[in-house]
Amino acid sequence: MSSDYYWHAFIEFVVMASQPVLQFTGKSIYCAQADAHIDPWIPVDRAIITHAHSDHARWGSKHYLAHKDSEAILRLRLGPDISLQTVEYGEKFVINGVVFSLHPAGHIIGSAQVRVEYKGEVWVASGDYKLEDDGFAAPFEPVKCNVFITESTFGLPIYKWQPQQEIFSEIDNWFAQNKQEDKASILMGYSLGKMQRILKGIQLPDGPIYAHGAIYILNERLREAGHDLPELTLVTKETDKKLFRGSLVLAPPSVDSSTWISKFNPYSLGYCSGWMALRGAKNRRAVDQGFILSDHVDWPDLNTAVIESGAEKVYVTHGYTSIYSRWLNENGIEAGEVTTMYGNEEETEDRATGEGPEAEGIENNKDISPVPDDPDLKLS
Amino acid sequence: MKQFAELFMNLDRTNKTNAKVELMKQYFQTASDEDKMWALTLFTGRRPSFKVNRTQVKEWAAAEANIPMWLFQESYQSVGDLGETISLILPRTKSEDSDKSLSDWFHYLGLLPKMTDEEKHDHILQAWSQLSQHETFVFNKLLMGSFRIGVSQTLVVRALAEATSTDPSVVAHRVMGNWDPLDTNFKNLILDEGENDNASRPYPFFLAYPIEGDVSGLGNAEDWFVEWKWDGIRSQIIYRNNELFIWTRGEELSTDKFPELHFLSSVLPDGTVLDGEIVSYFENKPMPFSVLQTRIGRKNLSKKVLEEAPVAFIAYDIMEANGIDIRSNSQQERRAQLEQIHADIPVQNVFNLSRLVEFSQWSDLHDLHPTSRENIAEGFMIKRKSSTYQVGRKKGDWWKWKIDPLSIDAVLIYAQKGSGRRAELFTDYTFAVWGEDGKLIPFAKAYSGLTDAEIGQVDYFIKRNILEKFGPVRTVKPELVFEIGFEGINESSRHKSGIAVRFPRILRWRKDKKAAEADTLANLKGILEVYK
Repeated sequence: MSSDYYWHAFIEFVVMASQPVLQFTGKSIYCAQADAHIDPWIPVDRAIITHAHSDHARWGSKHYLAHKDSEAILRLRLGPDISLQTVEYGEKFVINGVVFSLHPAGHIIGSAQVRVEYKGEVWVASGDYKLEDDGFAAPFEPVKCNVFITESTFGLPIYKWQPQQEIFSEIDNWFAQNKQEDKASILMGYSLGKMQRILKGIQLPDGPIYAHGAIYILNERLREAGHDLPELTLVTKETDKKLFRGSLVLAPPSVDSSTWISKFNPYSLGYCSGWMALRGAKNRRAVDQGFILSDHVDWPDLNTAVIESGAEKVYVTHGYTSIYSRWLNENGIEAGEVTTMYGNEEETEDRATGEGPEAEGIENNKDISPVPDDPDLKLS
Repeated sequence: MKQFAELFMNLDRTNKTNAKVELMKQYFQTASDEDKMWALTLFTGRRPSFKVNRTQVKEWAAAEANIPMWLFQESYQSVGDLGETISLILPRTKSEDSDKSLSDWFHYLGLLPKMTDEEKHDHILQAWSQLSQHETFVFNKLLMGSFRIGVSQTLVVRALAEATSTDPSVVAHRVMGNWDPLDTNFKNLILDEGENDNASRPYPFFLAYPIEGDVSGLGNAEDWFVEWKWDGIRSQIIYRNNELFIWTRGEELSTDKFPELHFLSSVLPDGTVLDGEIVSYFENKPMPFSVLQTRIGRKNLSKKVLEEAPVAFIAYDIMEANGIDIRSNSQQERRAQLEQIHADIPVQNVFNLSRLVEFSQWSDLHDLHPTSRENIAEGFMIKRKSSTYQVGRKKGDWWKWKIDPLSIDAVLIYAQKGSGRRAELFTDYTFAVWGEDGKLIPFAKAYSGLTDAEIGQVDYFIKRNILEKFGPVRTVKPELVFEIGFEGINESSRHKSGIAVRFPRILRWRKDKKAAEADTLANLKGILEVYK
């Protein structure tokens, strides 16, 4: 009995002495040695941001650090005057002996995996990522590590993406068909990430490309920041409805339950999302055409990423956490699930909050809101 | 198969009626006669069985996808449809391109019942390797006899009628009945006139619309017949060529299920088709539907069942007399003919006439309508005296005026994810009322009645207020109150509440009520006392 007691005391001592490089505190992914938080969901002193989606980049922290390509959007969303330090991919920065660097995650523009090294041990917090090169975000690079923190948004074997070129062809054909029938093609997808990928991937129409305010303003900021994107035309109350005939209109996913959309009649409604892989999700969304296009890894790529990281231990964050960690454990990779406030259930959020963008453009929408994001919401 | 899979996906995607008809019409105009026959088989709800074991199929698919069974099950939970799950997890390596048609695949599947398990395994895997994801999905639905599609028979008939330039009522008549795609063909069934006419073939039912606004809006009361709306099984009784056939709505040939009515074959004149309601009947009066329910779905009708739930037929229309289709006669003329036939038949407690409700002005009906439940009726049927017998649900000549459902305010306590269109969303709810000890006692499950937006909001609430998990069921914080409607109520020893309600559904979300303000079991028992 007493030997048991000493054993526990010993374990406690060891744990105290060797604090893990990163911890899951329920507020962020936290590095105690550097007193730095990765993607915190409450305001902190020092926040390292993997990417600018609003479930990862939240309002209110004192100092931010992110990749330089995230700057334009972070300033748009979190306020122009935030204290923000930017770095290049691979550039090392040291805080209290901890060596940090950002590496491409391929998720959206500026998205990064955060590599954290302390006393020879390497952890990687990968945020959201995908392996396929989308032609706009810097393509994912595997980073060797001891511990890998991964998302699992599509962590089920039912999710297997087709090559994006096939999806872009589907979009091109759909648009051509609608144009022939003199209908507007309203294409929905997340403003940040999905839309830029689409603009780089599809055949751009000859005429103007119309956009909802949420997408328009992001596109403008990215163009101002020097990114090669086509010019979009903002849809306003004054825009002549006849012009929408046979044209392409880009919109965030929340518009399909709004009155904003009715002005485009007659139209065909398309939606780009990984969730479109399921018939149920597609029908529930009541879109005319679902395009299976995701900025997250599918099942095969998720497994590839985990293997290529070389990690002996994996923490699974948002998505199918318990399922994916069980799968890894059964396949000889030690894994645990972690509860975070990232991602998942985006659709439900979108529907549940019920805030259709009635407004014409910019004033709508959490997606681009320069005011504080509601900390209870977790949109991406 | 490619063409059919595409048709299926396109039909699945649109909820516009005209678009669906157009898609089917195009298919019926371009597919081979053999394929059309199989498509029609599927669209009319016929599902040939190939004697496959679903568990085996799951195991073969999981093995092929190289995943353990538990992961397969998790995937299935998420997708909500077995055929689709399999189509998604299988490796996407098509070994060869298949140009097999829909009918080729049916013949391919037809070989399965005689095979050993090992042969079945190879046979099915070979099929999967030749099909794309969408095709595999449709193939799996055929394989497991689970093909369903959101098109009503009326739409199929419309498309077929347009594609073949035939009168829709003729087509509706031809696709009904007891045909088998293996021993008939498209030409015989749909195109050939009169040939192969099957004595059992029923007429399509004429269905009533719910009345809109007040009944007085129907104009002159003298132009209308009013009957009680009976709460039983809508049925068609056919006597032709010395043989009796009983069809129930949903097109099930159910002659064997109602032996009490078999005597009609010795008393009806040859060439008679009657429309009416089969109800349970005791001591010369109809019984609630719950009595009839005890024998529906039973394979063996024991003596006990027949004694405890005897049935009778309440006739209200006649479509064929002396072998002649009289549907174009007026309601009044048909009624007279029906009364004549009824008068000629001796055993009248099993073969009844739906009596006309006497009234001279609409306001009389307002007085009588609240007595519907006492008359074991669901309200009134109102039929225009000059009306012909039409096909399907048509507005204008037949109206139903139903009584309001019984209702109670209950608390949502358990939730489960839906399937198909509603997979991933919590849409199946269990509701409870307050017991005497202050505990919530579940009494009904309900799936429908909320709008998509409300489902989203309820789902959002549930996902944040889960207390416990039991398999797929989640215990939810008892907070949301809904008004639950139901058609009937009965004692039940099977339920904790001691009560079973019929057709429970959500009438509305009582956002104005707190859980504590929901109804009690005593309230529910009060309703039972009044209506049992």
